[in-house]
Amino acid sequence: MSDPLNFDYKYGFSMPDLAVFKAKKGLSKQIVYQISKIKNEPEWMTEMRLKAYDIFLEKKLPTWGADLSKINFENMVYFSKSTDKVKTSWEDLPAEIKETYDRIGVPQAEKKYLAGVSAQYDSEVIYKSVQKELDKIGVIFCDMDTGLSKYPEIVKEYFASLIPTHDNKFAALNTAFWSGGSFVYVPKGVHVKMPLQAYFRINSERFGQFERTLIIAEEGSQVHYIEGCTAPIYTTDSLHAAVVEIFVKKGARVRYTTVQNWSNNVYNLVTKRARADADSIMEWIDCNIGSQVTMKYPSVYLMGEGAKGEVLSIAYAGKNQHQDAGAKMFHFAPRTSSRIVSKSISRAGGRTSYRGLVQVMPGATDSSVYVSCDALLMDEKSRSDTYPYMKIKENNVMVQHEATVEKIGEEKLFYLTSRGIDRVAAEGILVNGFIEPVTREIPLEYSVELNRLMQLEMSGSVG
Amino acid sequence: MLKISNLSVFIDKKKVLDRINYNFEENKVYCIMGPNGSGKSTLAAVIMGHPAYSLGKSSRIEFEGKNITDIATYKRANKGIFLTFQTPMSLSGVNIFQLARFAKNNKLDPRLARQKIVSDASKLKINEELLSRSLNDNFSGGEKKKMEVLQASMLNPKFIIFDEIDTGVDVDSMRTIAKFIDNTLNKKGKTIVLITHYNRILRFLKPDRVLILVSGRLVKIGDHKLAERIEKEGYDKINSNVKIQNSKKISKN
Repeated sequence: MSDPLNFDYKYGFSMPDLAVFKAKKGLSKQIVYQISKIKNEPEWMTEMRLKAYDIFLEKKLPTWGADLSKINFENMVYFSKSTDKVKTSWEDLPAEIKETYDRIGVPQAEKKYLAGVSAQYDSEVIYKSVQKELDKIGVIFCDMDTGLSKYPEIVKEYFASLIPTHDNKFAALNTAFWSGGSFVYVPKGVHVKMPLQAYFRINSERFGQFERTLIIAEEGSQVHYIEGCTAPIYTTDSLHAAVVEIFVKKGARVRYTTVQNWSNNVYNLVTKRARADADSIMEWIDCNIGSQVTMKYPSVYLMGEGAKGEVLSIAYAGKNQHQDAGAKMFHFAPRTSSRIVSKSISRAGGRTSYRGLVQVMPGATDSSVYVSCDALLMDEKSRSDTYPYMKIKENNVMVQHEATVEKIGEEKLFYLTSRGIDRVAAEGILVNGFIEPVTREIPLEYSVELNRLMQLEMSGSVG
Repeated sequence: MLKISNLSVFIDKKKVLDRINYNFEENKVYCIMGPNGSGKSTLAAVIMGHPAYSLGKSSRIEFEGKNITDIATYKRANKGIFLTFQTPMSLSGVNIFQLARFAKNNKLDPRLARQKIVSDASKLKINEELLSRSLNDNFSGGEKKKMEVLQASMLNPKFIIFDEIDTGVDVDSMRTIAKFIDNTLNKKGKTIVLITHYNRILRFLKPDRVLILVSGRLVKIGDHKLAERIEKEGYDKINSNVKIQNSKKISKN
């Protein structure tokens, strides 16, 4: 009989490993060098990787935030290439990969849709076909490796300029071992109508995935990038340490949406940063459902007058999970505004932490700051903490901060059950209602999936 | 329709209802009255299956001949029992249409439910804009109560308890609600139970039986005239009469 309590098995399955190339377990300068050579990278990238490896060794693990002491760097495989060439049609995809989509429960229409976008299986982007449309308007959307080989000048100009290698241990690790991720370039004034989507999966045991994403939105352009993840269960810990750098030029607008459901043994340690120039808008929408440990604080550097930054986030922590997530906003220019809305849910002993930093520099006059963080506790065992830091060094600023912690209310549950709704569904309704201010900003197919995930998560508890 | 036998109820070991016996019949309107803290709302919550209360060993609740004493609230609701809340809960991010989709464990046809909600809302003079807002979130007292009645109609139950549906409601809204209950909900095969402090709603909805609860006990049962008497004389007098009757019984023994 299947165990109704463990919904993870629905998503947790491991396909036979069809990786074409796999580096040896563990890490060394040799492997860094090998990766760069196999990819045929320019010399500056090889050097950057090697230097990053040294920095990674020097840097200590962060002592604040979640417990990372159990990460075993020696036990990971740092590079994997799932098929040797990029596939161009759904039929050409290996059966295992198609089956993976089936098991996630992606409907036929959506499968085609997903197949048409850049789908990441293992660390290599294997599939894309919206390319033609994008080519017409001069938009570049490809995997980072292709980006580097085809547009080395652009990559060289921006790569690691916003998140320098020495920023933190995991940024250094990523810079040394990065593979895959997306490269997006939107020319001046171009509005990309369809969201650019990358479907991520990790499918290799003990395989650390270090994708690297770089998005450049030139003056007055607009783009929406979406990443969604569902990962299989593994017996050993898996590390996901991504780096995302986004440049939002004058008057441009970028939205970056993440809907993430890593399996419960993944360490998800991501550095995401955007630079917003004058009158531009940068929005991060970040939904973290799975993983064992997540540490992620998308940030916006508001560099130009009138720039706006927004982070909307959802964090859900179940049994043995710790979501240490939040946002950072740096106001460097006058009339800049930032808005942070964080919703966290802890259940079955899970722990969520909101960790945020808002800094307003001297001279950033007439700026406004809004921070709202709400935590929902589903039971007595679960935990939620809030660490909101504010450093306001300018007087003429409007600052609003709200924080609430609430327990799931028995009376509300009684109210819903009295309408003929069972308790599990009632909890799901309350949780989905709680996160609605964020989910309403997510494209429908993702918010539906997210709501369904939350409903499934809730059913794990009571059963 | 709904039969209560020997119902004693405890919360934190404190007895709040004491050996109540009553049989609510179909096609009848009941009114339950009693001073504050007499156990009226507790009785309603216990019939609905509120998990916070524990029942006495021999307590029993039967609905349409079936024992429902130990079944979960949502199952009672799906059998046709409904309760309007004295203080309706606000549900952020959930509007009435979404609630309808989940209600009765997804058994309602969403399209039909929607039509019914919209047409009933207009009968209840509910501003249509409220229907797509988070349920009860920043609604006025009267609006909340009307939304409760709207839900009652949406779920089409057989046994409906209105817990102080007339409290915190202006005269016009009260009249609208009472008329709606009488015209739309008080149909053949149904049982209506009104818990109230006031006579005014009873002018629109004439009760067949009036039950008086005092200190967790069912002390008196009468027809609609009993409600009028209570309004004039208060509970103390009736209660003291009861006590005298009781003590007389004891002295006779």
